[in-house]
Amino acid sequence: MFTYVLRRLLGAVPTMFVIVTIAFFMIRLAPGGPFDLERPLDPLIMQNLERAYNFDKPLWQQYFIYLGNLAQGDLGPSFTRRDFSVVDLFRVGLPVSIQIGSLSMLIALIVGTVLGALAALRQNSWVDYMVVGTATFGITIPTFVIAPLLSLLFGVLMGWLPAGGWGTWKHMILPVVTLSLPQIAVVARLTRGATIEALRSNHVRTARAYGLPTRVVVGVHALRAAMLPVVSYLGPAAASLLTGSVVVETIFGIPGIGRYFVQGALGRDYTLVMGTVVVIALFVIVFNLIVDILYAWLDPRVRYD
Amino acid sequence: MTDHILTEQPQAEALAVTAGRSLWQDAWLRLRRNRAAVASALVLLLLALAGIVGPSLVPHRYDQIFPQYVRVPASLEAYPREDRIIPDFQRSLDRARITIGEVELDGSTIRAPISDDEALDPRITRYVDRSDLFDNSRLEDADGNALSEGATSGVMVADVQRLRFLFGTDANGRDLLARVLIGIRISLAIGLLASFMALALGVTYGAVAGYLGGRIDNVMMRVVDVLYSLPFIFFVILLVVFFGRSFVLIFIAIGFTEWLDMARIARGQTLTIKRQEYVQAAEAMGVSSAGILKRHIIPNTLGPVVVFVTLLVPKAILLESLLSFLGLGVQEPLTSLGLLIAEGASNMRGAIWLLLYPAVTLTVILFALNFLGDGLRDALDPKER
Repeated sequence: MFTYVLRRLLGAVPTMFVIVTIAFFMIRLAPGGPFDLERPLDPLIMQNLERAYNFDKPLWQQYFIYLGNLAQGDLGPSFTRRDFSVVDLFRVGLPVSIQIGSLSMLIALIVGTVLGALAALRQNSWVDYMVVGTATFGITIPTFVIAPLLSLLFGVLMGWLPAGGWGTWKHMILPVVTLSLPQIAVVARLTRGATIEALRSNHVRTARAYGLPTRVVVGVHALRAAMLPVVSYLGPAAASLLTGSVVVETIFGIPGIGRYFVQGALGRDYTLVMGTVVVIALFVIVFNLIVDILYAWLDPRVRYD
Repeated sequence: MTDHILTEQPQAEALAVTAGRSLWQDAWLRLRRNRAAVASALVLLLLALAGIVGPSLVPHRYDQIFPQYVRVPASLEAYPREDRIIPDFQRSLDRARITIGEVELDGSTIRAPISDDEALDPRITRYVDRSDLFDNSRLEDADGNALSEGATSGVMVADVQRLRFLFGTDANGRDLLARVLIGIRISLAIGLLASFMALALGVTYGAVAGYLGGRIDNVMMRVVDVLYSLPFIFFVILLVVFFGRSFVLIFIAIGFTEWLDMARIARGQTLTIKRQEYVQAAEAMGVSSAGILKRHIIPNTLGPVVVFVTLLVPKAILLESLLSFLGLGVQEPLTSLGLLIAEGASNMRGAIWLLLYPAVTLTVILFALNFLGDGLRDALDPKER
């Protein structure tokens, strides 16, 4: 187990390397720079700035300097927010994004599995049709349509919740609901299918034959098997939550890292964009690892040696 | 005995029909039986028609600005409203300092008897023409002929421009209906082109990897694996931000992110096709690798690939809308559904229609594409159900 985790983490190093390399050269080869203001800077100041940020060195040298700093956990100074380093910005933004993301994930898992299991247990009843129908809607309608509609309905028309901003727990409700809705839909559909299959399987029939109460048969034996596809979906779910957070943070005006990414890219803030790419890639990799470990724990047939 | 006859007949019929059906005919029959898929196909056809010919059928261009109608609500009635026309007409005539009688509005022409102590100056029509609501204003006598010079009384006649905005107008005073139609065109076009791009790239890559096999296959698929773990949406955003936001670049960027699945599917297909006798026969005849790929392998991978493409189109449209929504897609005054939704979202206080119509349109497109894709998958690949 330990060696497996270690090997996977080591295997992530080349992936990270590729990501950092592609991102670095893509950003640098693009036209424009962080100091291209509407009024051009004094050439002397420009020279000083370029020297301070190593822009006067050849690109490959800058690349190795960046890699060296990155290995030490230094993401560099932000170019558009002058007095902050990228790490400082993440110290503020990352907790916000993680808070929203993990809450959405948790809600999606709980609500999704409950709905999916209910639909499976009452297959072809109105409960089932409701769940499947709603799930189809949830999967098809994109986040950037749901978000403004919810904000309009609950924020502007009803006035129950703030339509945007960040601060109290009330500010979190709409973004979290927006992010979790499509995930709930997918999780519910997956759970439904897997539970129906699990209920027909041999080990569940055996458990029934032993005379175990339905609660135990469904809750322990069927659902455990039904969780497998849900768990393997968590990896893609994390990725789509990250994508969704870019939209949701932009719409609701939340100071998380998703918004930094778009702003940073538009302002040619090289280090901020690089930092976001690194953090997000790391996040996806670690999440996939957790999923694989969970998978082995849930399904004894899977062994990693 | 009667039972026997009743059960036997349909079976015989079914046998007779299946005997002469090809795979594609079979799929077509199955698809036609799927009502959701047929309805979706019709809806898509209508939407595609709306996107292709719609923009030239609506009376206003998508980038035409009507400064006097900014953010007017969607309505079946024509603008300007009746209760605005007459006061406006009177106000413009007042500036001419003449005596005005009863103003009459009849369809799209408005008339008012006017008189003055001196001879009427034909130049007073300018006061009326200056208003955005009226044009072609002229002076007539009581019989409808042009007013003779020196007359002191007559009728001021003007055409009222009556414009219909079925979907309302946006914050710049542009017809939302025209914009939604052009948005449909752009979104569908980018969706199709990007999917085609992904198709070409993925199938070629997958077929080459699968056909060559061995170490080359290993390396090629490892590359796909590494690319797979990249947060690709972020690379699309980077690409589009840094290299300009042209229409072409957007669909190339989307195509580049969506070809990975296609490559895997095509490779899997190729691995099975490669062992078929006809491929071996071609090899024995000395056909080159490129020739075999082009003639035998790629055409035969198309079945499952077609199914995948139909599910890829909504994904591509979604990605394009997402980019446009973030302000990274097509540029004003051109528009796409994502951009319209973004505009609607920022104008939703007081102008709900700006959000509602594009959002509903995009949702309908996505639904129809998904249903059609599911239907096609069921029809072409009954095992997958």
